[in-house]
Amino acid sequence: MTSTTTSTSAPEPARRPARRSARDLPPWPVALLAGVGVVLFALPLVGLVARAPWTGLWTHLSSRFVVDAAVLSVVSSVAAAAVAALVGVPLAWVLARVSFPGRSAIRALVTLPMVLPPVVGGAALLFALGRRGVVGGPLHDATGLLLPYSIWGVILANAFVATPLVILTVEGALRNLDRRYELAAATLGASRLRVLWRVTLPMIGPALGVAVVVAWARALGEFGATVTFAGSLGGRTQTLPLAVFVALESNRDTAVAISLVLVALSLGLLIALRDRWWPSR
Amino acid sequence: MSTDAMSTTAGSLEADLRLRRGEFELDVSLSVDAGETAALLGPNGAGKSTIVAAIAGLLPLDGGVVRLAGRVLDDPAAGVFVPPEGRRIGVVFQDQVLFGHLNALDNVAFGLTSRGMRRAPARERAQDWLDAMDLGDLSHRRPRALSGGQRQRVALARALACEPDLLVADEPLGSLDVTARNRLRRNLAAHLSSGRNGGSASPTTPGPGAGDVPRLLITHDPTDAFVLADHVHILENGRLTQSGTPDELRRAPATAYAADLSGINLVRGTARDGEITVADDDPTPSPTGRRPAVVLHAADTSMFGAVLATIHPRAIALHRERPSGSPRNVWRTTAEAVEPLGDITRVLLGSPLPLTADITPGAAHELLIRPGTTLWVSVKATEVDLAPDSRD
Repeated sequence: MTSTTTSTSAPEPARRPARRSARDLPPWPVALLAGVGVVLFALPLVGLVARAPWTGLWTHLSSRFVVDAAVLSVVSSVAAAAVAALVGVPLAWVLARVSFPGRSAIRALVTLPMVLPPVVGGAALLFALGRRGVVGGPLHDATGLLLPYSIWGVILANAFVATPLVILTVEGALRNLDRRYELAAATLGASRLRVLWRVTLPMIGPALGVAVVVAWARALGEFGATVTFAGSLGGRTQTLPLAVFVALESNRDTAVAISLVLVALSLGLLIALRDRWWPSR
Repeated sequence: MSTDAMSTTAGSLEADLRLRRGEFELDVSLSVDAGETAALLGPNGAGKSTIVAAIAGLLPLDGGVVRLAGRVLDDPAAGVFVPPEGRRIGVVFQDQVLFGHLNALDNVAFGLTSRGMRRAPARERAQDWLDAMDLGDLSHRRPRALSGGQRQRVALARALACEPDLLVADEPLGSLDVTARNRLRRNLAAHLSSGRNGGSASPTTPGPGAGDVPRLLITHDPTDAFVLADHVHILENGRLTQSGTPDELRRAPATAYAADLSGINLVRGTARDGEITVADDDPTPSPTGRRPAVVLHAADTSMFGAVLATIHPRAIALHRERPSGSPRNVWRTTAEAVEPLGDITRVLLGSPLPLTADITPGAAHELLIRPGTTLWVSVKATEVDLAPDSRD
């Protein structure tokens, strides 16, 4: 194909590359606004880096206050990502594969936390599962389990906002998967569960991996739902984002130090995922 | 196709398929005996993939029955439906559909472990199958690191390793270019042939052949159907319009589509360095004793031994005078019959080599062809396709 194109357009081979590179240059308003966009995102980072207490960085990060929050953040965000995968993948499968009345409504419902203000989500969780909540009250009376203001509350709030990301990504991957692979597995005698476990999940593996990592990152950064549902109890429910908020009032250097760590982590993650999340080529 | 043959043969496939998908309606009855290869030949949209889906259990019937090796697999009237994983039907899909996340060995072992075999013995058997397909060294390659032909053999091994009661090949040569098609068709002919090579008595021994099960080939390419199958069923608009042996179809095509497809000339012979000595089907000796053998020239010089040469009827040129120029195959013959078939005129040619030629009605008129007319035939060597003759 390429050879045909070059041979038919033989009279003007020299002009081609020049013209193409000219077309790649954006018109000036586009270039200007794109530049404004870059500045908008770069400026806060510059502020953070300029304000950073570089000399005492490690002292700030190794304080009890930060370590407690970091441990809690890691544990709760990993647990939330696991919950998101455990609940999100089956939900995605049902939404992608089963046609039933009200499917759109269910999809809207389970992806609502993506657009809902997290504070509202946290408040809703509180009304449902709090000490005097619709479900939380009877649950507490029966088992003594209290979700709010505990690590379970943190995990639940994190999972609440992170699961929709898994659902949407995995549903898309399932819809794009060539069904014939699953059919081939079935003709080879594989039960439906075996097909799911040995063919479907491995084949959407890359998308699933991205979904879980993105969900984990979302959980790690979760603030609004967590603070509303689980509060900000040091050593119990105070995650890194909450610690930043608290430290801004009392110890700015610590807040900046934590922020730098979170920024570095997120940036590293995005760079590592860049080819998978949105295929660049 | 006859119903009395349908209920008797052990190991056979008997399918009476009726189902409706939107506007499309399928109503097809066919049976394939154990050890027989049947081809389902039809244009795109005729319902070929619907038939595969219905037989393999990927699509339940609305009416009719699927019976294989004495088991009822689908019978809506009786409320019987065996899901695909319980049907023991090996399917070779178009584009192979090998699992990209597994290597060749685990692709072949997949069906065995799915049926409850433990991992280690399953892999051992899978390796035996790959060895039998001459792929023993490539067992740890992922599908994307294999050539089209190698993938095809892995797909065949994967389907056969489960010892299916029926082998279905759905457009096995579908996505390949012409050269690869010709090469792989030969390959496939060997694998679809009845007996397992090596003369192994045990039906569970891996071998390159499909064994004594019914085989169904789904294709839109008449050459595939006529070279690989014992019986050809022509499918148009969800219905079988004609069934028979390749020879029967060629002699009396029932529809325009069948006529177009069935004109394909099949010539049996012995190949050596691109020269095919054509077997003489006529048992009566000529007055001068032995009949002179006809020699065809083919561009493909790689084949030796018994071959099937295929020549498309439109690849045969007819002339009143001896043609000059490059065609390697030129001989003199007589027209035995002339049949106008609408856009084309079909000329049946007599000895020394009975062939079917399709020419335009205008050309037929110009050449003044009538039964008995003496003509010169020319065929380019590149138009003679070769496949191994596996029917001996």
